[in-house]
Order: sequence, then structure tokens, then C-alpha cells
Amino acid sequence: MKKKSIINPKNLSLFVTIGLFILMFGLGSVMFSGFLSLQNFLNLLIDNAYLLILAVGMTFVIISGGIDLSVGSVLALSTMMTSSLLEKSGWDPIAVIPAVLLMGAALGFVMGYIIHTFDLPPFIITLAGLYLARGLCYVISIDTIGIKNAFWQVAAQAQINVLGSFISPSVVIAVCIVLLGMFIARYTKFGRTVYAIGGNEQSALLMGLPVARTKILIYVLSGFCSSLAGIVFTFYTLSGYALNGTGMEMDAIATVVIGGTLLTGGVGGVLGTVFGVFVYGTIQTLIMFQGTLNSWWTRIAIGFLVFLFCLLQRVFEVRKAGKNGKSGKNGSGKKNVPVTQ
Amino acid sequence: MIRITALTRNKIFWPLVALAVLMAFNLFFTPNFFRLEIKQGHLYGNVIDIIKNAAPIMFLAIGLTLVIATKGIDISVGSIVAISAGFVAMMIGGALDGIPKYPFALAIVCALLVSVLAGMWNGMLVSRIGMQPIIATLILLVAGRGIAMVTTNAQIIWLYADPFALLGQGYFLGLPFSIYLVALLLLFTSFVTRKTALGLFIESVGINPTAARFAGINAKNIIFGVYTFCGLCAGIAGLVVCSTVMSADGNNAGKGYEMSAILAVVLGGTSLNGGKFYLLGSMVGALIVQTLTTTIYAFGVPPEIAQVVIALVVLVVSLLQSVNFRTMVSRLFGKREIFA
Repeated sequence: MKKKSIINPKNLSLFVTIGLFILMFGLGSVMFSGFLSLQNFLNLLIDNAYLLILAVGMTFVIISGGIDLSVGSVLALSTMMTSSLLEKSGWDPIAVIPAVLLMGAALGFVMGYIIHTFDLPPFIITLAGLYLARGLCYVISIDTIGIKNAFWQVAAQAQINVLGSFISPSVVIAVCIVLLGMFIARYTKFGRTVYAIGGNEQSALLMGLPVARTKILIYVLSGFCSSLAGIVFTFYTLSGYALNGTGMEMDAIATVVIGGTLLTGGVGGVLGTVFGVFVYGTIQTLIMFQGTLNSWWTRIAIGFLVFLFCLLQRVFEVRKAGKNGKSGKNGSGKKNVPVTQ
Repeated sequence: MIRITALTRNKIFWPLVALAVLMAFNLFFTPNFFRLEIKQGHLYGNVIDIIKNAAPIMFLAIGLTLVIATKGIDISVGSIVAISAGFVAMMIGGALDGIPKYPFALAIVCALLVSVLAGMWNGMLVSRIGMQPIIATLILLVAGRGIAMVTTNAQIIWLYADPFALLGQGYFLGLPFSIYLVALLLLFTSFVTRKTALGLFIESVGINPTAARFAGINAKNIIFGVYTFCGLCAGIAGLVVCSTVMSADGNNAGKGYEMSAILAVVLGGTSLNGGKFYLLGSMVGALIVQTLTTTIYAFGVPPEIAQVVIALVVLVVSLLQSVNFRTMVSRLFGKREIFA
């Protein structure tokens, strides 16, 4: 039994991801001087805080066996809404932040409601959501809107000291979301129901779990995370632009997959996703340090990593299916013995 | 009465009605929508523009129809368009005197070969490794744009080799040249799928792969084949896109095409749940998508906002396909049966 828990694909995938991160970071440290520093590690968090938040929401969606392609567009819409409300409508930050978060959650609710109630494929509905949100960005404005709000300026420039190095307030938000995500996934009814739905929706329903409510809430959560990521993104860029976050849904999905969450649902976790984001960030940093390589190699490398991890997942699945098949046969054999006796 | 029901049952009927409604709307609200002019021996006008602009979506829709019929999906077609465009542009080269670096035929064959390879990659992941189609093609969607950008060295390549413009801008007998290519590919695909058992095989794989396998159909090879063919179709679309604008932009070529093409296929009556497919329906679907876009533009709406309308159409069409939604509507109107 103990051996089985070590081979558990969930744990192994997580170890592979952590190993990969250490390997890549180590590789960078050997290749480039100045790579191995606390600040360089913290920069991973600073530069990818918004991706971390997106990926936490995406993790829940993927664990439930769904997919959310709208996150990048919702992020862009949030940046547009934030900058427009602040600069054009002159709202107070205290009102802007809840309004934007509410918008993200509401969009998520609508998508989740349609997906669940009408039993439609999540990718089609969220793809429609992608286009809708992106189009709405242009309804707000076609141009970039700069943010001059004092609160935003402070949030963008503040540096919080950590052992002589620094992080930005965005990192604090991202870390809070990660911790909250871990807590929700492990210790709440909602979290456990998400895993149950991903494992087998029919069984979850028969167990009397609130499948409908949970499925809708998953997309609400993802929408909420996307809009929060949008706000954090405005801390990073101090502007709203309709083309922000193009293709970011793919980055989020990629980091979740690299983090060891099974795309078939039911297996995975937020911790893995965090390391998935680290791996993603390290690839970017490596290419930046290298200097001569085209930044588009990042995309190719990410695609390749997603391929590798999907392959790994498939190997586990096939093995598991093979084992189950065998044990099933043995089981029925054993069952047959007492019957014949 | 029987004739009418037979007509409405025909899968291509409703897409055609939708197209007709759109056209009728334009007849009344868009001035000069149907005006055709002959300039330099070519037909010009909104309708011709629609056909011309729909051509790339039509190529993609032909390939995607077969993929969707096997209950698959290919979201990487837009990236393959970019790769194909990038390759052909690289091989022709951006020399200002218009002299191609390599012969046109070689450049085109190479670009198509790369696209077929991309399709084979997708096919291998889905059929041999057994990944979910959306994830398998997601890999190429992410990496494909990177490949296209690396091919073109992250720059937009402008082409000055005039003969290449024939593919996307040329005219033949008064009509855009690309539409003849669409017709050729459509005829070929229809012939191969309808005059041989291949179409039946594809549908049976989509309806029940296990049953198809037991019936002696090599489901894996069929799936591998349709993704490869879809790659080829995307490659042809890439050539036409590149030729239309005489440039290759790895970042923007074919962006969002996967959505329009999927929409075209679904509008044409092929269900995302696999099974029966309607190539001609997909063509009508592509025309609907393009007419809708052109109509929105004709009203002075910026292209970016047109996305909102497309998104709403996707939503409505998916809702109409949902059994739950139909039951709900039937109940609302007090009917017991589910309308087909």
C-alpha cells in the first residue's frame, strides 16, 4: 500500500515538476553569473504574480474536468474597466476594485450557468466568453488608457523588503490567493466536491454532492481570479489595453498541466500549479539571460513541456488502466472461486 | 406538406435560410450591397468580397468538418495558417525586385508539407497517444505561433513577387481565383468521402469508436488521417492568406480563424458531438460567418467589436444544439415533444 502511494501519479508529477524547476534554475545558475540570487527568484513571483492568480482559478476548473478559455480576455477586460473607471469616470479605488471583481465573477457565473444548465461543452462556451470579453474591451476603448491614480502608483512602485531583497504588493496578493486556493482545495466541502466531480460527475451526483452549485461556482471562482489578475496586471503595467493577455489562457492552462494536474480531471493541486508557474517563469528568465534567442522560443519551449507532461500523464493513465484491468480480472477470479466452491 | 417537411428536414435548409435572412437584411438596410461592377474584366462588389474573404475559412472548415465528424476538434488551425504563411514567405523571400528565392512551386509544396507534418503531429497525439483532441491541438496552438515567429525571425515579411498574388488576389473568369481552389478541394473531399466508404467510416468513428473498431474499421488510422488532412487544409488557407495581403505576419496571420471555422462547421449542421457531417453545410456556414462580419463592418462597427456579435451567435447556436435548452423552450410553449 505504501509503495502505491509513492507511485501515485499526483505525487510523482509534482516531484517531476519540482525537480524540473530546480534543474532549470540550477542550469541557469551554472550558465549565467548573477542568476542564482534571492532577488532573481523573487522576480519570478513579481513578473508572474498575475499568471499565478489566473492559474489558481484555472487549476480548480481543470480539476473539475472543465476548461476555461476566457481567462485572458477577462483579464484584459478587467484592466480596461479598471483604467476606464479610474481615469474616465473618476471612481474611487475602493469602489473600482469590488466592481471589477464583481464583473469577473458575474461573467464566470453566466458561463458556468450555461455550461451546467444546458450541458454544453465548456470550451465552446468559454471560447464565446473569450470573444465577448475581448470585444467588450474595445467597446470601452480602442486605445491604451494610462492610470495616474495615486493608489495605483503606490501599488506599482512599493517595494516590500524580504531578507534584503524586495517583492511587490502584487506578490503578496498572489501568495494570499495561492494559500487560500490550497486551503479551499484541501479543507473545504467545495474543494472536495470539485475533486469528486472531476473524478466522476455521475458518482458525485449519486453521492448527493451539490454538483450543480459547485460546477457553477468553479467558473465564478475562475472569473473572480481572472479579474483579480487583471487588477494585479494594472499594478504591473499601470495601464489598460484591450490586447492585454492575448493567449494568456494558454499560458495558464500550460502551467496547470506542467504542475501535474490531470486534464481528465480529478487529480492535481494548487501547489503543483505554483511550481508550474515557476518553471514557466524560469524558461522566460533563461531566454532573457541568454540574450540572443528570440523571445518566441518561450512559446515553443512551453508547448514542448506541455507535450512532455501530457505524455507523462498518458503513460500513467495507460498503466493505471492496465493495472486496474489486471486487478479486476484477479478480483473476479477470486470472486469466482468461492462461488464455485 | 410532405415535400415541405422533407425540405425542412434537409440539414442544409436551415443554414441556407439563415444566409437568406442575412442577405435580405442587407438588401433593405445596406445600400448598394448587391451592386456588382465590372472593372478590368473582374466582378467587384460586396458579394464578391464576401466570397473572397470567406475562402480561407472555407478551406479550414472543410478540414475541420471531418475532424469534428470524428468527435474531435482542432484548435491549432490558426497557428498552422501562420506557419504555412511564414514558410512560403520565407522561401519566396522579400526581395524588392520580386525575384523569388526559390521557385514558387517548391515554396508552395514545402509550406504544404510543413502543414501536413503539423497535422500529422496532431493526429499522432490524438490517435496513437490518446490525448484529448482539445489538449493535443492546444500544444500546437501555443507552440505553432512560436514556430511561425521563429520562421519569420519575428518580423513581418513583405512579398513583392507578383505571380504569387494570384492565389489570394487573382481573378479567373471574373471570379476570385481562391474560390476555384475551394471548389476543387470541396469536390475532391466530397468525392473521396461520399463515393467511397471513407465518409461512412469517419462518421462511424465519431458515433462510436469502439463499435467502429469491432466492425473492422481502423479507427486510429481514420483519426490520424482526418487531422493530417485538416493540417493540409490549414496549409492551403495559409498560402491564400499570405497571398491576399502579400505578407506573412507570424503573430497575426490566421488569428482567431479556429473560432470562425468551428462556428462555420457548427452552423452548417455538423454536431460537435461527432457523427454525421455536411461539407456543403460548412461552406454555407462559412458564408454566413463572413456575411455577418461584412454586414457588421458595413454598419461602421469597428472590426474588434464585431467579435461580440460573433460570440453571441456562437452562444445562440450552441444553445439551439443543447437538448436541455430545447426541452426548456418546448415546455415554455407548452409542447411536449422536442422539436428536431
